[in-house]
Amino acid sequence: MSKSDVTRRGILQGGAIASAGFAVPTIFSANRASAFTNEPTGSTATLGFNVPQTGPYADEGADELRAYKLAVEHLNGEGDGGMMNTFSSKALNGNGILGKKVEYVTGDTQTKSDAARASAKSMIEKDGAVMITGGSSSGVAVAVQALCQEAGVIFMAGLTHSNDTTGKDKRANGFRHFFNSYMSGAALAPVLRNAYGDDRKAYHLTADYNWGYTTEEAVRSSTEALGWETVNAVKTPLTETDFSSYIAPVLQSGADVLVLNHYGGNMVNSLTNAVQFGLRDKEVNSKNFEIVVPLYSRLMAKGAGANVKGILGSTNWHWSLQDEGSKAFVRSFGTKYGNPPSQAAHTCYVQALLYADAVERAGSFNPCAVVEALEGFYFDGMGNGPTLYRAKDHQCFKDVLVVKGKENPSNEFDLLEVVEITPVLQVIYPDDHPQFSGGALGTCNSGA
Amino acid sequence: MFGLNQKDGQLILIIAILVFLAPFLLNPFPVESELAQFNAGYPDLMQRFIIFGIFAIGFNILFGLTGYLSFGHAAFLGVGSYSAVWMFKLLSMNIIPAVILAVLVSGVFALVIGYISLRRSGIYFSILTLAFAQMSFALAYSVLTPITGGETGLQLALDDPRILGQQITEQGNIPVPSLFGLEMRDSMDVVIGPWLFTFNVGYYVCAIIMMISFYIAVRIFRSPFGMMLRAIKSNQQRVNYTGLYSRPYMLAAFVVSGMYAGLAGGLMAAMDPLAGAERMFWTASGEVVLMTILGGAGTLIGPVLGAGMIKYMENIISKINETILHEWFRWMPDGIEDLVVTLIYPFIGKGWHLTLGIIFMVVVIFLPGGLVEGGQRIMRLFRRRSKSRNTTNSSDTFDSAS
Amino acid sequence: MDAIILQIMNGLDKGSAYALIALGLTLIFGTLGVVNFAHGALFMIGAFCAVTISRILALSHQIIDESKTDFLGNPLKVDVPYVYEWFGSNVGDAIIDWAVPISIVFTIPVMIFLGVIMERGLIKYFYKRPHADQILVTFGLAIVLQEIIKYFFGANPIPTPAPSAFVGSFDFGALVGFDTNQIIYPYWRLVYFLFSAIVIAAVFAFLQFTTFGMVVRAGMADRETVGLLGINIDRKFTIMFGLAAAVAGLAGVMYTPINSPNYHMGMDFLVLSFVVVVVGGMGSLPGAVLAGFLLGVLQSFASMAVIIDLIPGINQVIIYLVAIIILLTRPRGLMGQKGVMED
Repeated sequence: MSKSDVTRRGILQGGAIASAGFAVPTIFSANRASAFTNEPTGSTATLGFNVPQTGPYADEGADELRAYKLAVEHLNGEGDGGMMNTFSSKALNGNGILGKKVEYVTGDTQTKSDAARASAKSMIEKDGAVMITGGSSSGVAVAVQALCQEAGVIFMAGLTHSNDTTGKDKRANGFRHFFNSYMSGAALAPVLRNAYGDDRKAYHLTADYNWGYTTEEAVRSSTEALGWETVNAVKTPLTETDFSSYIAPVLQSGADVLVLNHYGGNMVNSLTNAVQFGLRDKEVNSKNFEIVVPLYSRLMAKGAGANVKGILGSTNWHWSLQDEGSKAFVRSFGTKYGNPPSQAAHTCYVQALLYADAVERAGSFNPCAVVEALEGFYFDGMGNGPTLYRAKDHQCFKDVLVVKGKENPSNEFDLLEVVEITPVLQVIYPDDHPQFSGGALGTCNSGA
Repeated sequence: MFGLNQKDGQLILIIAILVFLAPFLLNPFPVESELAQFNAGYPDLMQRFIIFGIFAIGFNILFGLTGYLSFGHAAFLGVGSYSAVWMFKLLSMNIIPAVILAVLVSGVFALVIGYISLRRSGIYFSILTLAFAQMSFALAYSVLTPITGGETGLQLALDDPRILGQQITEQGNIPVPSLFGLEMRDSMDVVIGPWLFTFNVGYYVCAIIMMISFYIAVRIFRSPFGMMLRAIKSNQQRVNYTGLYSRPYMLAAFVVSGMYAGLAGGLMAAMDPLAGAERMFWTASGEVVLMTILGGAGTLIGPVLGAGMIKYMENIISKINETILHEWFRWMPDGIEDLVVTLIYPFIGKGWHLTLGIIFMVVVIFLPGGLVEGGQRIMRLFRRRSKSRNTTNSSDTFDSAS
Repeated sequence: MDAIILQIMNGLDKGSAYALIALGLTLIFGTLGVVNFAHGALFMIGAFCAVTISRILALSHQIIDESKTDFLGNPLKVDVPYVYEWFGSNVGDAIIDWAVPISIVFTIPVMIFLGVIMERGLIKYFYKRPHADQILVTFGLAIVLQEIIKYFFGANPIPTPAPSAFVGSFDFGALVGFDTNQIIYPYWRLVYFLFSAIVIAAVFAFLQFTTFGMVVRAGMADRETVGLLGINIDRKFTIMFGLAAAVAGLAGVMYTPINSPNYHMGMDFLVLSFVVVVVGGMGSLPGAVLAGFLLGVLQSFASMAVIIDLIPGINQVIIYLVAIIILLTRPRGLMGQKGVMED
């Protein structure tokens, strides 16, 4: 039994057909056909876009897919080039990756780790994808990242905010551009102090799963460091839809800030409920009651409607940013699809370009070469200012945005306004920070 | 042969041939052709066909024979997966102890849940099993995170002890599940002309285990125990009145069925060492019900067919996107191409749930016996035709079989 | 004390949604003997009726406003609702503002129509089939319905606010003599609670005090005899199915301001409402209502911080735990009749 990690097109394109001829069926074992998993040997390279197409995050997934298609267009030299023109590395020149035309396959993660792995496996085993990217939750990102490590392909994470993705569950073949819970806490805390003072009592409602835990911990520790007191932290079930019984006791506790460590449908519902209970009109300890949402997304803000007005939170990127990279991206995305990109779309687009660029600079699709090219890579012009891909944990370090729900939106996309761009130095942390402890990067796996 | 009658022997033989030739049968289209999209012969999906087949066979022992509709069977699958992954973390990457532990733990789990749930029947039994499974899911996703990994699932790590096996490979990676050194993900690719066929170790390990499970299921169906279960299905009260105490039989069926689910869970972890809580969500339990009904509840082969069909749709149909559709219909005039694509698009790709729902309704409405009944009807149609040519004396006694 | 009162109020309000859905489910089960897994989907469709009506009311045409720009820097296209032009911007605003209550008027006929079609077109053929088949076909229908909604409305929740008169909350605690801010309660939840009480009362009054209701109740008790008396009980039951659908739809419409509706909200409620029905007792209407409120209150208590600290995870499983205990100790449910699907 030979050891090969299945490449389909690769084998055929790699000359098997030529040697097989057409008359006599030749049996050919793919023993040493390629140096690493799914080495693209023909004129094309296949990328796998694994996004939620069904389930509650389907709209976010659809936006990610739009971004990927745009990235593929730009890589292949179609369209206006988007961020390729503003990207500080000039290795990409619109003739695909290493001269190979970029093709892609899509799959549905269903926001379930099992389904996401099945879909990623089919991309690797059947379609010969040389890189997998996408996803809209940390559970999926961590699961697919581990799979890619095993299979020997690169994983460029999509939207995943949990510390664990580059903390205890980090993998050498996985890279995250998106920010994380710790950075949210570190960026939010000073803004919260300036806005609401340093003598506040916070009440946390936390989604009862890994991401919720890391976010609560991050926001708690950074606000407590500034003098805030945490009155209580209550876990809420993922499947909860009506948060009234969790929100009602908040005022009784004497807290004057409510932190909603929720995402997606949970966040839309808990925020809607909190505003319904009139919390924001109350005065507690002779201070105005405030609500904070650590992780904001424009799509979620849209779901919560007018309830987001005036509520602070953090986000990875927002389309209203005025740097050249963001403007170029919003222009080409908006022209093509008629709506501005979400932060999920942005991170996915950037991840696709970063991968392509790393391959160009490495001169090879070999995952280990790509890992080397990405580790410690310092770049600019991708919308978040100068950015570093840290070698030790494969996390990007860049500016983080603190945003607020806009009081008077001028159009249906204008829901958030940027309050502060927190500089990277304020959100960076040592790689052995306790919130990221445990786990090991391991070594890169090329599947050879 | 092996205590089987001729008909069952033939059935097993046919299935064995189909299963072992599956890498050929599932890859009928050349790799470079447009239809290669429909090829299902890659290791992951083939493994899934088999594993969910085992799951459905087990479910069918309970539902098909006794008529008790468990809506919480996925819990056993989940428990099996968790036990297997813990074995990989603590003991070694050999799949034998993992799978054995998975079967045992899920058996014990099924014994407890079955003992309680079987006090009731009908929809009450369904709700009880549903309640247990939902509780398992909710707890595994949240408060049991230290044991189950919660949202991100239970994963292997480099610093796991693995006391009997290798902790880290020489390249510094986590070792992969294996059977005495034979790695589950090892494959051999065979190229014949433009075709490519993949033979995967994991698939054949699963296939052998499935054939054994299938054989056991056939023996159960044909045994006095199976007769007893059928009697319970047709009229439990009558069984009780004849002086037979039916609950131990029910409990035995429930536990066996749970162990099959655990076996499937263990194999899933063995093929792909990760266990996630959503495996236990009630929709996952619903899925195995769908598989069994779709294929044909109470028949031997039906559940396997149903499992294959659902997994095929989930993995193949969901991957067809708009671009691919446009490629297929490129030969049409522009306007018509767009129209056709717009008409088909809601049903494929991200709309595969819709197609699944429709197929499922159609099957339940028109083919209560599932795909197997559909096959039988077609067969009957042919048989009638050929018979009517020869003699008019047709016998319908065949139809009531299985 | 105040914490307990607070959770009872929250529970009653949660319970009103459960009670309404369970009431419809029980109506269908009691009259037609069908276990309807698509009932959650009817609730969801009701909610989307409200979304549709709000969209229709806010239907607008675009004018180009040169003074503002959109996100690409082009002149902004401003939507001007037609109702502004027809009734002036004040009345127009009021109409759009009151979209949710207005949609009740439209939802009732739509849901009755949908219910009747469902019964005549599908459920009718399943009376003689086993419960398992009914569960399965309605489950398939639920998947189809929710996928259709998702196709048209997307997967994201759609905010559907209450009329501005009902936004915000009032201090219930201060009214009954507690300190301020101890027991606050949103206006719209109070509206929801009162609304569901009215609907429940109306359904019971309909069954209790009209001839039609009398016949239906007789049919529930003994279908065959009523049929033998020359009454077309099938048609009456079809109407009851429509009524049950309307009850679920109304529950959905009024729920939209509480939580932004999304396509899977029906499935979220489905399992829960079945537990409610079973706890109340299969086929017992008062049981369904009682169990709905009871489980709502219990769920609220289980989510109190002190109780979660005491038993971690209790808020995740309380509903199922109650269901298991009830089914094991009193299988006919709280108010179910002896012998209905009981062993």
